[in-house]
Formats: sequence, C-alpha cells, structure tokens
Amino acid sequence: MDLNLLRRRGHDEWHIAPRGKMRVPGVIYATEALIRDMDEKVYEQVTNVATLPGIVNASYAMPDAHWGYGFPIGGVAAFDPDHGGVVSAGGVGFDISCGVRLLRTGLMVEEVQPVKKRLADSLSHRVPAGVGSTGQVRLGNHDMEAMLAGGARWAVGKGYGTHEDLEFIEEQGRMAGAKPEQVSGRAKRRQQDEMGTLGSGNHYLEVQQVVTVHDAEVGAVFGIREGDVVVSIHCGSRGLGHQIGTEFLKSMAVSAARYRVELPDRELACAPINSEIGQEYLGAMRAAINCALANRQILTHLVREVFADLLPEARLSLLYDVSHNTCKVEDHVVEGTPTRLFVHRKGATRAFGPGHPELPPSLRSVGQPVLIGGTMGTASYVLVGTEESMALAYGSACHGAGRSMSRHQALRRWHGRDVVKDLESRGILIRSPSMRGIAEEAPGAYKDVSEVVDAADEAKLAKKVARLEPLICIKG
Amino acid sequence: MQPLGSDVGPDTCWEHFPHEADIGVRGIGSTKEAAFEGAGLALTAVITDPASVSPLQAVPIACDASDDELLLVDWLNALVYEMATQNMLFSRFQVRLDEYSLHATAWGESVEVTRHQPAVEVKGATYTELAVKKDEQGRWIAQCVVDV
Repeated sequence: MDLNLLRRRGHDEWHIAPRGKMRVPGVIYATEALIRDMDEKVYEQVTNVATLPGIVNASYAMPDAHWGYGFPIGGVAAFDPDHGGVVSAGGVGFDISCGVRLLRTGLMVEEVQPVKKRLADSLSHRVPAGVGSTGQVRLGNHDMEAMLAGGARWAVGKGYGTHEDLEFIEEQGRMAGAKPEQVSGRAKRRQQDEMGTLGSGNHYLEVQQVVTVHDAEVGAVFGIREGDVVVSIHCGSRGLGHQIGTEFLKSMAVSAARYRVELPDRELACAPINSEIGQEYLGAMRAAINCALANRQILTHLVREVFADLLPEARLSLLYDVSHNTCKVEDHVVEGTPTRLFVHRKGATRAFGPGHPELPPSLRSVGQPVLIGGTMGTASYVLVGTEESMALAYGSACHGAGRSMSRHQALRRWHGRDVVKDLESRGILIRSPSMRGIAEEAPGAYKDVSEVVDAADEAKLAKKVARLEPLICIKG
Repeated sequence: MQPLGSDVGPDTCWEHFPHEADIGVRGIGSTKEAAFEGAGLALTAVITDPASVSPLQAVPIACDASDDELLLVDWLNALVYEMATQNMLFSRFQVRLDEYSLHATAWGESVEVTRHQPAVEVKGATYTELAVKKDEQGRWIAQCVVDV
C-alpha cells in the first residue's frame, strides 16, 4: 500500500481522512513494513466500509488485514441502529462464527512424545476432516432447531463436553436472539451431516506445545506454562453458515436500493438493522453462531475421547473459544456516552480488556484470551485483551497470518508429500486426506504470523502471552 | 492479472485468477451459456482436476436472478449446494439461459477422496470481481471470486 495515502498517527496507527462518500475516517493498525506489504485493495475496502450508513467512529483494519470481499479480512466496523446503522451479510462473510478454541491437556510435551504418532493417527481417524466428510451426529428436524437455538449448551446437554466448558466460550456457549425459523431449509439440509466436522482449507486441529510464555503473570491465570501441551481447533459453522451467508448476501444486495443504501461494492450487501431483512439476517446469523459453537463443542468431545484412550491422565479443559467472523451487539463508549452498537468483525478477534463483565470471573482480572492461528509449520499465539484496546477498535485484534501467495502459486511451488516429509523431519506430524490440500496450505504460502502478532502487541490491541508450536496437525 | 488454468475445448475454456485469500474462477466461451459452463468447470478445478471426475450422474439445476451477474453467482452457488449435499463433483455442464433464468444439467460422480484428492471445499461464490461481459475479442467472460 502506498504510504502517501495515509497519515501516520503514532507508531502503528495509520489514518485515511474522510473523502467522497466516506462518513468516517479509516484507521489501520500495523507496522510500516506490514502496511507496505498490504494490497491496495485493503485501502479501497476500508474506505468503502466507511461509506455505510450509521457507521460509528471509524472503519478499522487489523495488522493482518488483506483483500477480502466487501470488508477487508481483518476489518472491524460498528453501526448504531438509532442512526440508520446497518447489518451486513458481507461484513460477516460466509464462514459465520469461524473461530478458534484452545484446550489445556494438563500434560507436558515429554508425556506426549512416546505416543505422538498414535495420537496423530487416532485424531485423524476420529475427527472427520476434508471435502465430503460427514459427522457421526445426524440431525433430525427437532434436534436441528434445538442446536440452532442452543449452541454449545445444546451440545453439552447431548453429552458433548461439560458445563464448565460453557463458561469459557463467548456468549457462555449460546448466542441469544437466534431465530432458527429464519434459517432456510437449504441451509439446514447442508448442515444435516456436517455436525462435528472440521472442514477444509485453513481449518485445522492441532496438538501444540507452549514454547515461550511472554507474560508469566497472565500465563499463570490462563494455566499455561512452557512445555505444556495444548490442543487448538479452528473451524466454523460449516455448510449452514455458508448457505446463510450466500442467501442473505443476495437478498441484501437486491434490497439495498429499496432501503436507499448505496453500495460502493455489491459484496458490502447490508440492510438497516431496524428493517425486516436486517432482523431476519440477525436471527439467522445468530443461529449460525450457535451452529459453530456446537460444532467446536462436538469436536472437543471427540478430541477428549482420543486422549482418554491414549493418555488417560490427560484432563482437557477449555482456556477459551473465540469467534472471528461475527456481528454482535455490544456496549461501547462513544464520545463519552455508553452506546449500544452492532460490531462487525470480519477476520478479527474480539479482545475484551480486563474487567469486562462478559468475561468469566476467573479471567476478568487479566482480560480475554485472544487466540491467533498460524500455519502448520510455524506458530500460533495466545494474547490477552487490553484496556487500551477497548478504545482503539471496540476491543478487537488480529486473527491470523493471512496468505502471502495464491493457492495456485503454492501448488506450483510445493508437493504435498514433500511438505509432510519436511515437517516430519522437524517433529511435526501432518495428517490430511488431501496432498493437494497440504501443498496449498504449505507454511511458506502464509505471511509471518509473528510479525502480525508483534504489531498487534505494539499497537496495544492485545498483549502477547504465549507462543505455541505444532506437534500434530490434522487438516481437511 | 496472470490467468491460470487450461483450455478444455474450442468453444469453452476456463481459468483461475488470483485473489489474496481466495481464488477467482473464469469461464470463457463463444456464447454466454458456454462461459457459464466454463465457470462451472473452473469451480470444479478449485477442488480437484476436472479430468479425474467422470460424468456419470446427471443433476438438474434451475435458478432465477434479476441480472446476468447475479445469475452467475446463483449458478455457481447452486453447484456448491449440490456438491455439498450430494457429496458430488461435476465435470460436464449444459446451460440454457432465458431472460435471467437458467436451466442446466450438471454431470458428475460421488467424491472419492483417494482418487480425487479434493483440496478444499468452496463455501460460496462472491460478488468480488464479478462480471458477465464480452471481451475485446468478442468472447463471453463469466467470472467471480469464490470463498474457500
């Protein structure tokens, strides 16, 4: 991105002054190096979002921002319903409530090493992953409605996990305001066989070791120490969320003119929050959030079963579960006044600071765990929300590395088998049904996640707590 | 933008074009219908080599939209839906277009993971880089970015 387009405000904060139809400025949080690497499309998309009705403060982009569709990936924007604010299907995206959860195992890396290969094989056998895979839970009509209304709470009620898990999931495991009746038959049909499946692409299940604890005090509260083994699960609302996104993107794009919403890009499809279609979307999108939470809860249960077989001394407890593609109603202070806003995070993680009432009591003193996924060959990070973050971008941070290379380029450069062999020589076991998928997801096809995390830390969006490196990676 | 992909015949061909996070699909043909068919092949090629998919089973598809571009997105999303719910991949397409409605048949077979090595599932077709138009050589182009 051309630096001349931006005005620097502080070390890691860059502003785009309102021009044309922009209602608010654009703000990008990133280092100079990351800004230089960012596609010009990010600039265009940040400024497009700034034109939407009812937007408050600014259109934000996180340090991992890259060219998305409509919103940039790594985009954050909040809308005030009392000032014509909109909700955007494009601003949430197809993979509604895609997110990451992290489980402690209570084991040290030395305890896992002797069974690592069996653990990889067993996880790969037990956890459905990849195109066309189906889950063992097939939902009939009644259970589908209950799942969409109940989220992870429904899953726990069905025997997947414990009540204690729920405390450590955003919305305590159940997104209120879900309206399963607003979810189409096609979306439900698409989900029928996909509960408890990982999906494909950049989704993964990893067994990781904590290699560095950057903040011992917060690490102690989070219950993670160097040498600990943890499990991360990255996936979303599967076919149901994709179908809801598809359907509302079209209906909002078509109805925009009726609501006199001018769309600079059809992908920004949106409708006033206080409109029929806006309310229908919110009901369906919240049901999809519940689907994602239930899905990660079922996957957690499968992982626990595998550990119980091979490492019965393991106790898998949930550190936290974050979603990074959502629109949520939150209270924020706008020009000194508490205001209820509809906060869109597209490829951005909620990162509430210390003392926030939404956080469970055991974490409230330090802030929300922020889980950042890397690649199968590099690292993932645990961060914590900061007080400053609440005023920077509604308590939001980055969500991952972002690609540096297209899938085609990756496919030309690497062979899946070579990637697997190379990672195995570095002690990382990969299991996937698709070698082509592995090549497309090769670690070298992604940007350096550490640079993104350092930028988020420097900008005070979230503070670094621990670095995790993979031992086993299950890919779709 | 450097196109990527391959030709499949004299009247229809397809290619992929890069997008930072996802991938663009483009069908090119002597008619709008042929371009739509090419876009269907480009969609399959995101997942697997279309040559590995046998056109054994026919699936009828119909959609309506208020313009050509929305119709293309609907067509690709209908294929995404059929792939997901019938666990199939498609390699042959026949498209008929009348005034913003589409009637088509897609031929394919069930996914066989070891043979098809499906790389990634497509979540949906987007409005990004969406176009249905004639290029300078008079060929029809039907393209958009798909989310994977």
